[in-house]
Amino acid sequence: MESWLPIFVVAPLGMAFFNLIITKFVRHVSPYLTLSVVIFLLGLSLFFLGHEPFFYAVGGWQPPLGITLVWDSLSQLLILIVSIITLAVTLFAIPYMQQYTAQNKFYSLYLLMIAGMNGVILTGDFFNLFVFMEIASIASYALVAFGVEAEELEASFKYLILGGVSSTIILLGIALLYAATGTLNMADISATIQQGVSKNVLFFTFALFLMGFGLKSALVPFHAWLPDAHPSAPAPISAMLSGLIIKALGIYSVARIFFIIFGIVPIIKTILMVLGALSMVIGVFLAVGQWDFKRLLAYHSISQMGYVMVGIGLATPLGILGGLFHLLNHAVFKSLLFLCSGAFEYTTGTRQLKQLGGLIRKMPWTGSSCSIAALSISGVPPFNGFWSKFIIIVALFQSQNYLLAIITVFVSFMTLISFVKVQKYSLFGVLPKKLQDIKEVPVLMVSGMVILALLCIGLGVLFPVYGVSILESARNLMLEPARYLQYAMP
Amino acid sequence: MLIYFLNSILFVLGLYCLIAKKHLVKKIIGMTIMDYAINLFIILLGYKKDGIPPILLPDMDINTFLQQSVDPIPQALVLTSIVIGLSTLALMVAISLRLYEKYKTFDMSEIRRLHG
Repeated sequence: MESWLPIFVVAPLGMAFFNLIITKFVRHVSPYLTLSVVIFLLGLSLFFLGHEPFFYAVGGWQPPLGITLVWDSLSQLLILIVSIITLAVTLFAIPYMQQYTAQNKFYSLYLLMIAGMNGVILTGDFFNLFVFMEIASIASYALVAFGVEAEELEASFKYLILGGVSSTIILLGIALLYAATGTLNMADISATIQQGVSKNVLFFTFALFLMGFGLKSALVPFHAWLPDAHPSAPAPISAMLSGLIIKALGIYSVARIFFIIFGIVPIIKTILMVLGALSMVIGVFLAVGQWDFKRLLAYHSISQMGYVMVGIGLATPLGILGGLFHLLNHAVFKSLLFLCSGAFEYTTGTRQLKQLGGLIRKMPWTGSSCSIAALSISGVPPFNGFWSKFIIIVALFQSQNYLLAIITVFVSFMTLISFVKVQKYSLFGVLPKKLQDIKEVPVLMVSGMVILALLCIGLGVLFPVYGVSILESARNLMLEPARYLQYAMP
Repeated sequence: MLIYFLNSILFVLGLYCLIAKKHLVKKIIGMTIMDYAINLFIILLGYKKDGIPPILLPDMDINTFLQQSVDPIPQALVLTSIVIGLSTLALMVAISLRLYEKYKTFDMSEIRRLHG
């Protein structure tokens, strides 16, 4: 059964290739091939859920020489998030992508992105992490430019340059780490560092990784590409980028590398918290003044990633729990908001908030999903966003970071204002004359959004009671990194 | 030591070219130079003066082999990294050509319809 682990990478990677061949003979099947792979992966991740941690040696080469894939509580959480969100996004994409040509190429790139993300989450080898990261990144550069309009190409080029710089810097960090420890296996590196390596090399590597993964997760001094790249992509890809890519390539890698491999160092905690607080405040201030729906959402992604970073950087049990919970919640409601913006664009042809209005009467399903997501992100009880923000704020008070706690409450308030604006201008108010005869979007698009909206409510109402064990086991791993050595090495 | 210093100059040159130049193609060249500097650095990590290829023949003594042979892992890494660099380069060139079709210029300071 352990040998099923590589399927998480192999199935989407293989289908990305075969999809292009099959659609040469049978046209218009690529959406259904993609959907079948995504459903299969969701089933597989549910099948593995709660399994004891183990590693799989690729090609039979035992670590530390060979490449390993590691299943543990942190990767389990991330794989689960990726599988659920991709299912909803794929359902949405099937009708939505009818507007575009070359759909089979879209689905191939989409599958490559999923394969890259799953690889990053599962891998136990530093260079392999880099390779999978590049697979996911290059697919996402191409997908941002998928509409080949002027703005989309411009955004994609910006994203490509900054993403390329971050990948180069991460590769330099990996090379230095190899020079210092003589191995690439994560568990082996962790063991070697505990025996002692030169502090200077180690801190230089820290700086390189912070910069590289900071660029990937769009923390504030490195955020310039995100507000261009995320809104320019087609709506399902915006949902994937904001919901999953910045988490799997950014936050997850930071958590894995700085907490589990290197062990927590006080200075890193401080840096993560300062960057997180900056992202929170600057992101929300830039978001409030936006009138482009998707651009507003993109700025909120920066702000919400700040919450996750503050929670994780706090490194207290409650703080990490809140950070991980917010990561899960943000994946759900931000993907949902991007899908809703896509649905509005699909029916009305615009995403300028000032040209919309009164949509909830014409599009009840989309409108109420959008409303639920907006309430979740602004932290209104009993939706999921409230609980994770609440946990983070309590954790900040417990560790006596009063200033930061007050900033967090304030940012939450600003988020609420911003989403009241969104609701007032898009869902309620007067329906403009030329939008009188719009209709609800197709059933598959609605079903994708309703799944996520139900998750928003479900995570808020039921999760505090039933689902905490998944988050708690991930948190325990981050607090006691020594456990990683026990199961990731023979 | 000197060679590492020269290598880091190559890296900084690439970074400078990427940041300071406005021409799209020059930015791409800067990016590529940066990439090559890293690849060279990884190769240098495994380099030994008068080293032998890392292939163990039957008539060799294992200890002298370990002292003399170069490290094979960096070479394998660099091969992968070159392939990744190539695909990024191809995508960059393709996008810059499309950008030229839309904007009729390669000057990045004139390609700014996105703002805010």
